[in-house]
Amino acid sequence: MLANFNFRIIFEYLPLFLNGLKFTFLISLVALALALVTGIIACACRISGLKFLKYPVIAYIEVIRSTPLLVQIYFLYFGLPTLGIRVPEIQTGIIALMLNSGAYIAEIIRAGISSVDQGQIEAGQSSGLNYFQRMRFIILPQALGVTVPPLLGQAIVLVKDTALLSLISVMELTRSGQTMTSERFMPSEAFLTVAFFYMCIYFCLKALADWSQKKLIFREAY
Amino acid sequence: MMAFYFSRLVEIFPFFLKGLWMTTKVAFLSLIICTLIGFILGMIRSGNNRILKWIIGTYVAFARGTPFVVQIFIVFFIFPEWGLQLEAFPAALLAMAIMGSAFICEIVASGINAIPKGQWESASSSGLTKLQQLRLVILPQSMKVIVPPLVGQYVLLIKDTSVVSVIGVMELTRVGWVTVVRIPEGLMVFALVGILYFSISYPLILLSNYLEQRMAL
Repeated sequence: MLANFNFRIIFEYLPLFLNGLKFTFLISLVALALALVTGIIACACRISGLKFLKYPVIAYIEVIRSTPLLVQIYFLYFGLPTLGIRVPEIQTGIIALMLNSGAYIAEIIRAGISSVDQGQIEAGQSSGLNYFQRMRFIILPQALGVTVPPLLGQAIVLVKDTALLSLISVMELTRSGQTMTSERFMPSEAFLTVAFFYMCIYFCLKALADWSQKKLIFREAY
Repeated sequence: MMAFYFSRLVEIFPFFLKGLWMTTKVAFLSLIICTLIGFILGMIRSGNNRILKWIIGTYVAFARGTPFVVQIFIVFFIFPEWGLQLEAFPAALLAMAIMGSAFICEIVASGINAIPKGQWESASSSGLTKLQQLRLVILPQSMKVIVPPLVGQYVLLIKDTSVVSVIGVMELTRVGWVTVVRIPEGLMVFALVGILYFSISYPLILLSNYLEQRMAL
């Protein structure tokens, strides 16, 4: 099956793969940070109770959740130039990933906040705390712990989603596999190496997610 | 200019419906295959056979740890080297089956594991065989845990069919991609593609929300 698997060619192309890995890493990191900000703002708008903030955000979340990421990427990639906005592919990709993950993160945070028991909020009210104090001292400290494992799960999804940016010719990990395939036509060597690198990232993040989940269960046992 | 492009877009709308039909076909067939394989693998994974569990665990880690695009490239470009040459459509189905059944396997396994051990014990003391215990006692109870995330997973899988456009399957995303070359109105073309996807997946999202609420009671 892999009798003539050529390791030498992989070492020859290693700089290309490492460069791709670097970009995958950077794009994921930047997109995740931006998505966290987007998610927090979107969630704040959603639970604010102000109708003119709430309904646009609900529409945003539902549209993102019910269309494929690839369509969203193409929408921005082919759509922004028609509006006269010209940005490099990599920025288009980061914006798409930010908007996509932001919607999911908003829902994760909202689930975390609504997991806090209603009695806690009432206790806060009767202690004379106002809305922001209740959020700051009672709800958020309890909600944030619950959101960590699903946020890490979303980070795993985000890293895999960066692979779609190869389709708008961003030089990330999958693209370096495509480049090698088109130069040497050795798809096994190219794509199995790419898969290997993604698996490494996946196992690290998965271990982190499992660890945080275990911590959480441990804490709740008390 | 925009009005002109809009009328062009209306003209070729049947082309989009064809794409929608292809997307539905890929999604429907692969969902059936994924569910079947996923349930079988999930039952084995929640069982006691260590070797089988390890093999399935490795497979699941591969399917969940690598991006779907890479998996499609592996099926479409590498499998021929190993003697499995496939057309674009069956290759897309195979890639979907590999990816989707791994996710469904995890949902099923965790659903079965959520059932208390006492249920197995009482079923076996009633004289049921291992398979009967699973089919008559455990599965009906774990369905309550399995179904809501399963429908959620279906939505994700339907959306993932857009990625099979990269190997040239003429589904909705591919139709948009081909159209945008001729009608350079990216916003309009992909908004239309988005609306068509929305029309399939949004009802399923609502169903998943509804099931989640109902099963929680």
